[in-house]
Amino acid sequence: MCCGSGGVGKTTTAAALALRAAERHGRRTVVLTIDPARRLAQSLGLTELDNTPRQVKGIDVEESGGELHAMMLDMKRTFDDVVLQHTDPAKAAEIFANPFYQAMSSTFAGTQEYMAMEKLGQLHARGEWDLIVVDTPPSRSALDFLDAPARLSRFLDGRMLRMLLAPARSGGRSMFSLVTASFGMFSKVVQKVLGAQLLTDLSGFVAALDSMFGGFRQRAEQTYRILQARETAFLLVAAPEPDAVREAAYFAGRLREERMPLAGLVLNRVHRPTVPLDAATSREAADRLAELGGHEGAADVLRAHSALARQAVREQQVAARFTEAFPQVPTVSVTAQPADVHDVDGLRTIGAAISRS
Amino acid sequence: MDPAATGWPARLHVVTGKGGTGKTSVAAALALALASGGRRTLLIEVEGRQGIAQLFGTDPLPYEERHLADAPDGGEVRALAVDAEEALLEYLDMFYRLGAAGRALRKFGAIDFATTIAPGLRDVLLTGKAKEATTRTVDQRRVYDAVVLDAPPTGRIGRFLNVTAETARLAKVGPIKTQSEGVAALLRSPITAVHVVTLLEEMPVQETVDAVADLTSFGFPVGRIIVNGTRPPLPTGRVVSAAELRRGLLAAGLPADREIVAGLHSEAHDQIIRRELEDSLRADLVELGLPMIELPLLPDGVDRAGLSALAEALRGAD
Repeated sequence: MCCGSGGVGKTTTAAALALRAAERHGRRTVVLTIDPARRLAQSLGLTELDNTPRQVKGIDVEESGGELHAMMLDMKRTFDDVVLQHTDPAKAAEIFANPFYQAMSSTFAGTQEYMAMEKLGQLHARGEWDLIVVDTPPSRSALDFLDAPARLSRFLDGRMLRMLLAPARSGGRSMFSLVTASFGMFSKVVQKVLGAQLLTDLSGFVAALDSMFGGFRQRAEQTYRILQARETAFLLVAAPEPDAVREAAYFAGRLREERMPLAGLVLNRVHRPTVPLDAATSREAADRLAELGGHEGAADVLRAHSALARQAVREQQVAARFTEAFPQVPTVSVTAQPADVHDVDGLRTIGAAISRS
Repeated sequence: MDPAATGWPARLHVVTGKGGTGKTSVAAALALALASGGRRTLLIEVEGRQGIAQLFGTDPLPYEERHLADAPDGGEVRALAVDAEEALLEYLDMFYRLGAAGRALRKFGAIDFATTIAPGLRDVLLTGKAKEATTRTVDQRRVYDAVVLDAPPTGRIGRFLNVTAETARLAKVGPIKTQSEGVAALLRSPITAVHVVTLLEEMPVQETVDAVADLTSFGFPVGRIIVNGTRPPLPTGRVVSAAELRRGLLAAGLPADREIVAGLHSEAHDQIIRRELEDSLRADLVELGLPMIELPLLPDGVDRAGLSALAEALRGAD
């Protein structure tokens, strides 16, 4: 499980790990990506969003005998599949047509997280993979990923839905005939604010989903147990920026609370000077050369090195906030690549950097 | 100074960008920049991340407009973390005088329910609050000279702003529909500008290009492309030879053994590759034909001094 805030190279890290597992360790691997960069997706052969793993061709697995499969999550289709599995076709058609289902299956905050978990559950249940690598959704916060499935199932099972269901169960008389007077006041307000059509749609949606409640909760619990299992490893991904490192630290704390196994932190895009010359010394040297004249090229190189050395020091300070709080968590730094990674060779370089420690 | 005469003529500034591009820092710097000279601005956060509080090192922001920072020449930046639930209660209260009944609704889980089941409703409450602050007047004077919204990232911005489409699917009549239409009209008017923050990296630039296309097709006025974390151009733009470099190191009184020369040389080479990539990404952004502003990389990170430097750079935009 590769987790972290947006823009830290999570997808690249997940793909690099999966590639290495297949090429070097001969494992039958599947990588579930959420929203890969176009060119990375292309290099993995992910040209269409079809919600099933596709074997990645053109990688070096002759010796190891491994396989790499990749897929992109299709949130709506996964949700549709869940509905189809839990209900008969007529009722499914009714659910699909409901505007609430349409809104929820494509925009509900948390649906993507829930569906990623659902897909993980499916991949795991098939038992045909040596290794499943999951790139988690680009959430508002990395923690959403842990909370969303529980939130969704709590929501689907909640008090409000039960109340809305009551009239539907009692044969669809008055919308809120069976509930209390205060709730009657509530329904009046809701009708006023949202309109009666909306309530009818909502009630229909809730009634149609009713048969699936048990299924939803049970599945969320199953997946949660997979996440706690010993064969699972969480990998935090961060860049040496304050926000990303803070997010990683929050997440590490949460995993400890939830007794979920944290394998380590991958710190991406770390700048590392190759020469032990500190920022101030090389800056001063550059200034001296500028005064002397005739060494413009060398002065430029020294200035660039000075900036790099300064950035490296700052990044170390930022990273230390995590390592000091979680000294027992192994940390691996991946040096910033001069160009963006979007081919198999680039993934190999990243994979090697993660494994070297 | 009249805002219409500056490079930032809008009054509601929506700041988006891919995660990790420094969207929140840029939004805060813009609020500072627009507050200078005795003006007052409001910086709004909508995602419950408390990013503004972390940036300014303050306690978590409540759902209340609070003094955040002083701007140069007597200006003031206030901050507000909008909470969808609170906004809904406030809204209901305004129109229906709910009082205690509103609190009862919350106890029932009704508010959470309403904002969860209809994500479009959530967004219309958040953008509605931004609209209210932008247009609010006291004694016929505007309370805020400008409002800066630290908006959701590029991947969600189109849907977030396109409130009418989302709510129209669900609410066909009623005050929510009226409310969303009012918000939509403001968001599509010249009062609003949506600015996209990016870095000179492939994914953020790609998302910027996609977001601009999305926003334009929805009819939202795109303001500026704000390129964050840029470095000054390399003066010579070429790597010196190893021999030249060695002579330079010796002249500066530095060690010049083979390892140091080779190391510095390869660093410089990587820089050039990076710069070439950045130049081609910059060209992609220029092709969008939108006003662009570049903000410098802050070597010591975004602290209060760094924010002021960014604000200064933003204020200078023509």
